[in-house]
Amino acid sequence: MEYQFTNDKPIYLQLIDYFKAQIISGELPEGSRLDSVRDLAVKAKVNPNTMQKALSELERMGLVRTERTSGRFITDDKEKIKSMKEELAKTEIEEFLDKMKSLGFDKDEVIKIINEA
Amino acid sequence: MENVLECKNLTKRYITKTALKGIDLSVPKGTIVGLLGPNGSGKTTLLKLAAGLLKPSSGEILVCGLKPGAESKEIAAYQPDRVYLNDWMTVNDLVLMMADFYKNFNKNKAYEMLTSLKIEKGEKLKSLSKGTKEKVQLILTMSREAPLYMLDEPIGGVDPAARDYILNTIISNYSENATVILSTHLISDIEPVLNYVLFLKEGKIIRQGDVDSIREEKGMSIDQLFREEFRC
Repeated sequence: MEYQFTNDKPIYLQLIDYFKAQIISGELPEGSRLDSVRDLAVKAKVNPNTMQKALSELERMGLVRTERTSGRFITDDKEKIKSMKEELAKTEIEEFLDKMKSLGFDKDEVIKIINEA
Repeated sequence: MENVLECKNLTKRYITKTALKGIDLSVPKGTIVGLLGPNGSGKTTLLKLAAGLLKPSSGEILVCGLKPGAESKEIAAYQPDRVYLNDWMTVNDLVLMMADFYKNFNKNKAYEMLTSLKIEKGEKLKSLSKGTKEKVQLILTMSREAPLYMLDEPIGGVDPAARDYILNTIISNYSENATVILSTHLISDIEPVLNYVLFLKEGKIIRQGDVDSIREEKGMSIDQLFREEFRC
């Protein structure tokens, strides 16, 4: 996967988004083991400290857990992944609705168009 | 030894101008630091002082806790902004010379990198292109196992593919204890690799900090911030 970073956000936040997307798409299956920080950093072409920060943040969110001797794993908590997915969907939809609003459509009109599509 | 580079009120005057005007700074170990600033802002002077090629006019500079000199040169790796190697020597001669010269030089690492960049060992430096010469020089510098690498414009002349390889080499080679300080104008290329930046302007440090914190605070990349700060 090619990593592309935008200018307006810290890189670690963008890395977190990439991880979330990979968890949702199943590219990183639940319970699977993650590569080492260094390998992940080389792959994404980022500073290892930045990668470390992203992983710590994911851990804090409960999406990744560390086992002292065997490394880092994606959570196998299905509920957690589901709620993360829903949250992501919500923000995407809100952004979309904002955009449609600026084009002059209200929510009901948007729903009508979606149903017709 | 927590800081690998420390400057206290560091000043360097040349005959007609003052290149550095009382710089205070400390670079902690384990970071990749971008030394950024427009032409003539004092980047090369700062690195030369750290390498022991120039003496401060006043103030103090410490490299790995040492005053720049024979001892600090033995451990810290410095690479000037131009190719300084003898061009009548072959690449292999150069590897052997460096191995002779520096205790911390790792020959196998050098050969490995030469192979991945498809550089012939038997080739004389003279017969190589400008970019390839720069690659050879960078390989020789990065093959030293040093706590501090100081690279003056290391990627200016090399093609984007080799640039990627070099950045990869820096990320994967640098151990938790090693620090890399590099000066460059190609900010957007190296921005994700950096975690700390120093902005130099007319001999003064006008900004320093963690890359992601700056991005968070300013809502823009270091590259954009640079263009704004140094608009002509």
